[in-house]
Amino acid sequence: MLVLIFIVINVINSNLSPYYLDAAQLLDATMAFLDKAFIVLPMTFVIILGDIDISVASTVALSAVIMAVTYNHGVSMVLAMIICLLVGTVCGFINGYLIVKFKELSAVIVTLSTMIIYRGIAYIILKDQAAGKFPTWYQFLGWGKIGGIPLILIVFSIFAILFGLLLHKTTFGRRVYAMGNNITACRFSGVEVDKIKVIIYTLTGFMSAVTALFLTSRMGSTRPNVAIGYELDVIATVVLGGVSSAGGKGRIIGPIISVFLIGFLRYGLGLINVPSQELLIIIGLLLIFAVMIPNLKINTKNLKFIK
Amino acid sequence: MKRALVIILVLALAVSLLAGCGQNASQSSGQNSEKASEQNSGQGKPQGETKAGKMRIALIVKSTGNPFMEKMADGFKTAVEEGGNEAILKAPDQPTAEAQIQMIEELIAQKVNAIAVSANDPDALQPALQKAMKDGIKVLSLDSAVNAESRMVHIQQADPERIGRIQIQAAYEMIGGEGQIAVLSATSQATNQNTWIQWMKEELKDPKYAKMELVKVAYGDDLRDKSVSETEGLLKSYPNLKAIIAPTTVGIAAAGKVLTDKGLKGKVYLTGLGLPSEMAEYIESGVCPWMYLWNPIDLGYLAGCAANALVKGDITGKAGEKFTAGKLGEREVIQVGDGTEIMLGDPFKFDKSNIEEWKNVY
Repeated sequence: MLVLIFIVINVINSNLSPYYLDAAQLLDATMAFLDKAFIVLPMTFVIILGDIDISVASTVALSAVIMAVTYNHGVSMVLAMIICLLVGTVCGFINGYLIVKFKELSAVIVTLSTMIIYRGIAYIILKDQAAGKFPTWYQFLGWGKIGGIPLILIVFSIFAILFGLLLHKTTFGRRVYAMGNNITACRFSGVEVDKIKVIIYTLTGFMSAVTALFLTSRMGSTRPNVAIGYELDVIATVVLGGVSSAGGKGRIIGPIISVFLIGFLRYGLGLINVPSQELLIIIGLLLIFAVMIPNLKINTKNLKFIK
Repeated sequence: MKRALVIILVLALAVSLLAGCGQNASQSSGQNSEKASEQNSGQGKPQGETKAGKMRIALIVKSTGNPFMEKMADGFKTAVEEGGNEAILKAPDQPTAEAQIQMIEELIAQKVNAIAVSANDPDALQPALQKAMKDGIKVLSLDSAVNAESRMVHIQQADPERIGRIQIQAAYEMIGGEGQIAVLSATSQATNQNTWIQWMKEELKDPKYAKMELVKVAYGDDLRDKSVSETEGLLKSYPNLKAIIAPTTVGIAAAGKVLTDKGLKGKVYLTGLGLPSEMAEYIESGVCPWMYLWNPIDLGYLAGCAANALVKGDITGKAGEKFTAGKLGEREVIQVGDGTEIMLGDPFKFDKSNIEEWKNVY
């Protein structure tokens, strides 16, 4: 279904704009939207659990800000990047820890609080200023290419394969599905529910920091208000990829296709200079449409029974 | 059966997409059938020209919903079309550099002939703009500059030194030379505002301002609601504040509203750069005794003319070149710092005596 929409969008785009079908440009276009895609992978796990994490964008901002500030205080860039990844991981761990520690709080409430807290800390550190002046080689992360293929695409592919294997080929992945379907049953059958949850949230934080690395590299500087709205983009991408927000359903390939689908849709509409507000409406419609389709199928089945 | 249903629905979506955005998108490729043969010849030189032999010139403004930017875009479009070319206007929905980078990428892929940009960050656009120049696209900035390596020429509204100093002098006169003042700017990355604020600080070093203190530079990000809350924050944090200088049209209008609502007319003075149409009521009421600006329509117009001259090859952005900017007459490219600029003129003062005639102009 998703593949179908993907193909249709590509056909429409190439009809709308003579400039669309250009392999090199299309590869370049991936640079613009792949930064968010790193968060999509662990977010798929979170949504399969039936949870949600809306603090990811703030985690991106906080990791990026701390990285920039430590670098500007004389820490080497490599170390600053490692610190960035650590900050993200810790943010994710705090989310997971709070969620399993206080069972009466839903994930959405916990991550809503940390979303505000993390960005708040970023604002306290930098106020309204920007921090940057990174070394030149750091630009390569967001802009570089290896053999004509953007580095970000290569890194994303590696992560995508890793997360795909984790979800579909390991006991860990099977347990995530089981937890999404019936968490109580899992708990009684001896699955370490809490541990798995903490691991998944920590991974989400870590991948948010990876996003921070690439985003900051593309921007050349960072501010506390970067990545605003990313959490919704990421969740939209996962849901569009056929992962049910009720939990327990979905495959990793869906969100991966939908990353490219939304990305190329934006790019294609940008090529014919559709105003940005209209672009948002179109993406919203697409979301409703894609989520509606599977349910429509069920209706047609019912109709057959009646007949 | 289900498959058929799905396909029908997808096609319905496709048709609605086409109908929805095909109408007002300024596209050069309305006729798909003729273009279909060209689709696979993506590589090669920028063809650039549309069927009528027009050049395509794009403008990226700071963000949507900014009246100053809209006026600037109007002037730009007029000039580009006078030159017999096609204008593409783009506005990101957030005033961020990342949104502008994405738009530049889209324009490079469309093989436009020139890109003019009012930058949200002086350095962040560098990789994208250099890529554009490598592909033979002419790049210029206007209003808010990009650094000298990422452009051929910058269109400067007025001498930044004059703009910065004149606003401090205005505040000095309004508050009688002593008291706390604050600045309400756009984003902390805005090239133009930051330059002006530097000159304000420079002017304040003069001994005559010994009794004036700049307590804070706040950033409203050129968003109306954030500018309002930042103004309220300033008034709370500094109860003795005497004047607010807002060198941005969104900020000064928001501050005018807050000062009016709180009944602070005559207690806290407001000056800066504002659009006469938006500021008329505050100038007439005395909340803002006077302010400055230049004509955004003319600024856009000059940029449009410069873009025409660049794509025609009349100028290349080197100091000393001259070209005719339509109704504005002849202009010269001058060296400023590391880069070259084209000047629009001096800032213009708006007060009670002349606001009446200007408020309907822009």
